Amino acid sequence: MGKTLVEKIWDAHVVKRQEGFPDILYIDTHLIHEVTSPQAFDGLRKRGLPVLRPQQTVATADHNVPTLNQHLPIKEELSRYQVDMLTKNCAEFGIELYGLGHPYQGIVHVIGPELGVTLPGKTMVCGDSHTSTHGAFGAIAFGIGTSQVEQVFATQCLLQQKPKTMKIEVNGELEKGVGAKDIILYIIAKISAAGGTGYFIEYAGSAIRSLSMEARMTICNMSIEMGARGGLIAPDQITFDYVNGREFAPKGEEWERSLAYWKTLYSDDDAEFDSVLTFDAANIQPMITYGTNPGMGMGITEQIPTTVTQPESERPSYQKALDYMGFQDGEEVIGKPIDYVFIGSCTNSRIEDLREVAAFVQGKQKASNVEVWIVPGSKQVEAQAKLEGIDKVFESAGFQLREPGCSACLGMNEDKIPAGKYCVSTSNRNFEGRQGPNARTLLVSPLTAAAAAVTGKIVDVRELI
Amino acid sequence: MKKFETLSSRVVPLPIENIDTDQIIPARFLKATTRDGFGDNLFRDWRYEADNLPKADFVLNNPTYYGKILVAGKNFGCGSSREHAAWAIQDYGFDVVVSSFFADIFKGNALNNGVLPIQVPDDFLKKIFDVVFTNPAAEVVVDLEAQSITLPATGDQYIFEINPYKKSCLINGYDDIDYILSQKDLIEEFEQNR
Ligand code: SF4
Repeated sequence: MGKTLVEKIWDAHVVKRQEGFPDILYIDTHLIHEVTSPQAFDGLRKRGLPVLRPQQTVATADHNVPTLNQHLPIKEELSRYQVDMLTKNCAEFGIELYGLGHPYQGIVHVIGPELGVTLPGKTMVCGDSHTSTHGAFGAIAFGIGTSQVEQVFATQCLLQQKPKTMKIEVNGELEKGVGAKDIILYIIAKISAAGGTGYFIEYAGSAIRSLSMEARMTICNMSIEMGARGGLIAPDQITFDYVNGREFAPKGEEWERSLAYWKTLYSDDDAEFDSVLTFDAANIQPMITYGTNPGMGMGITEQIPTTVTQPESERPSYQKALDYMGFQDGEEVIGKPIDYVFIGSCTNSRIEDLREVAAFVQGKQKASNVEVWIVPGSKQVEAQAKLEGIDKVFESAGFQLREPGCSACLGMNEDKIPAGKYCVSTSNRNFEGRQGPNARTLLVSPLTAAAAAVTGKIVDVRELI
Repeated sequence: MKKFETLSSRVVPLPIENIDTDQIIPARFLKATTRDGFGDNLFRDWRYEADNLPKADFVLNNPTYYGKILVAGKNFGCGSSREHAAWAIQDYGFDVVVSSFFADIFKGNALNNGVLPIQVPDDFLKKIFDVVFTNPAAEVVVDLEAQSITLPATGDQYIFEINPYKKSCLINGYDDIDYILSQKDLIEEFEQNR
C-alpha cells in the first residue's frame, strides 16, 4: 500500500520506533521566539545541557514587540525584559537571532518561508500553535509546548505519537472576491473548532493547487483552529519557484539533489487516509465569524444560526459567545458599524496580502468611524511594500502602516482593541479577550477587511469590486 | 516532575465548552520568564472584573467548590500552544482535568507537567456535573495505576485511556528529556546516515 505525504516525511525522520512508546522524531528546524522559550533555556541551565544543534535553530522577537518606534527601547518593562532575555539566551547558547532592528526580523511564521528556512520534506517545530503555516511547503510543521522546546533544544528530537491523517479536498473555482482565508474559515465552520483534533490534514484538490504560496500558507496556518496537529500541501512547481533563490534555500548541486527528492513528496494514489472530506469552491462566499471561536463562522450575507439549532448541551456556551459579541441569534451582520480594522498576523500579513489590500483601497479613503492598523509580517515585507509604493497608498487612504510583529493578533504589546469595540481582523483567533480584554473580533479575509475599512461597516466585498 | 499519586478529591465544575488557552491564561500574563505564579491569573478575565474585583458568579470565586480536580466541557485547552495554561492549572492546585475532549497540545503540555487530563464520554461527564451540582461535597476518585475514575456517590466508574509510556512517566515522575537523552547514540547515528 502506498504512503500519504505525512507518512513519507514522518517515516524519514523516525530515530526510534518502539511498541508502547511514542516515536522519537528528528527535528530539522526549530524556530523560537521570546514568549515560549525562556523557561526552556532555564531548564537547560538547570540540567547543565547545551543546545544540541544551535545551527538548526532560528530565533526572532515578534509576540511582544511594539509596532511603532521599534528603534527606541521597548517601553513596557516586562516585554523589554522578555525580549532582552531572548537576546541573552541566544548569545549564551549560540543561536542566530533576528531580533528587533535586524532586516530579517518578523513574525516567526512569516520569516521562515521568506528566508528559505522552510523547505519541503522538513520536520519543523516552534513553541507556537501556528507553526502549521510551514506545512504549505510540504513540511511536517507543528506547534509545541515549552517543555518540548526544551526537549528539542537538548536532543533535536521530540517524542511524538504518529498522527492520524485527513485529506481535505477543495475542488472547482472560487468566485471573485473570495480567497484562501474564506476557504479555511469555511472549512472550519463546517467541521468545527475541534473537527481536526488528532489529525494531520493534507489539503488537496484543484482549488488548493491553483493557490499561490502565500495563500497556501494562510490555509495551513489555520489548521490548528480545527484542532489539527498540522496541515500541509504537497509541494509542486509553485512551491519550487517560491523557494528557489531564497537566502537559506539550497543552491547549485544541492538544489538539484533537493529538488529531485521534493518531487517524490506527494501522497501515493493508493495511500489511505483515516478521513477524507471534499468541498466545492463554488459554494464558498466571503466569510466572517460571529462568535468566540473560529468555528463560529458563516457566509457574510447569512444570518447568525439560532440557538435552538445547536445541540442542547452546547446552547449555554453558544449563548455566552453571542452575548460576548453583542449579537442576537438569527440576525444579519451585514451593515453593522465597526470600530477597528486590523490587517496583519501570521495568517495575512505577507506582501501578497498587502498588495491585494492596496489594489482595493487605491484612490479610496478610510471611513471616519474606524481606525485601521496595517502590520506587515516582517521587515522584508515592510521594505517590499515601501519599494512598491504600497505605503503611499495606505497613507493617502488614512491607514497606518506599522512595523512588524504579532501586534493586535494577541494584544501582548500596546496594540489592543478597547473593551466592547468591534475589530474586523485578518488574524486567526476570535477568542474572548484575544485582542484585548472584552474586545470583539470578527475574522475575515484581507479583502473583506479592506472593504470594512473604507465603508466603516461590515459589507459584502463582492459588491465593491 | 512530581510523582502522581491516587487521588480522591472534591471537584470544581466548569461546564463550558471550547475553553481555549487564552481564557485559561490571557496573553498579557505570558511575559514572565519563570514557570511560577501563573495560578493567580488562571481564568483571569472570567474570575476578575477589569478593576480586579472577583466576579461573584465565577466558580473559582464560589467557596462551595474547591478541590484538586477541574471538570470542564468538551474541547478543553484549544487554541494557543502556551504551556503557561498547564502551569497555571497546576500552580492553582489542580492535579487532574476531566473533560469529554481535549485539544492535543494542551493534553501533551499537561502530561509534561504532571497534570493528568482524563477524557471521559459525554454521559459520564454529565453524571459528574449532575452529582456535583446536587452535592458539591461529592468526591471523585482517580486511580492512575488502574486508569479508573470513579464517582462514589453513584458507583459509576470509567476506565480511561492513557499512553503507557506517559503513564509510567507520571507514576515515576520521569520526563521525556531523560528518556530521549538515553538514546543519544541513535540520534547521532541518524544524523550521520542522512
Ligand atoms: S501573529 Fe498571532 S497567531 Fe501568529 S504567531 Fe503571532 S500571535 Fe501567534
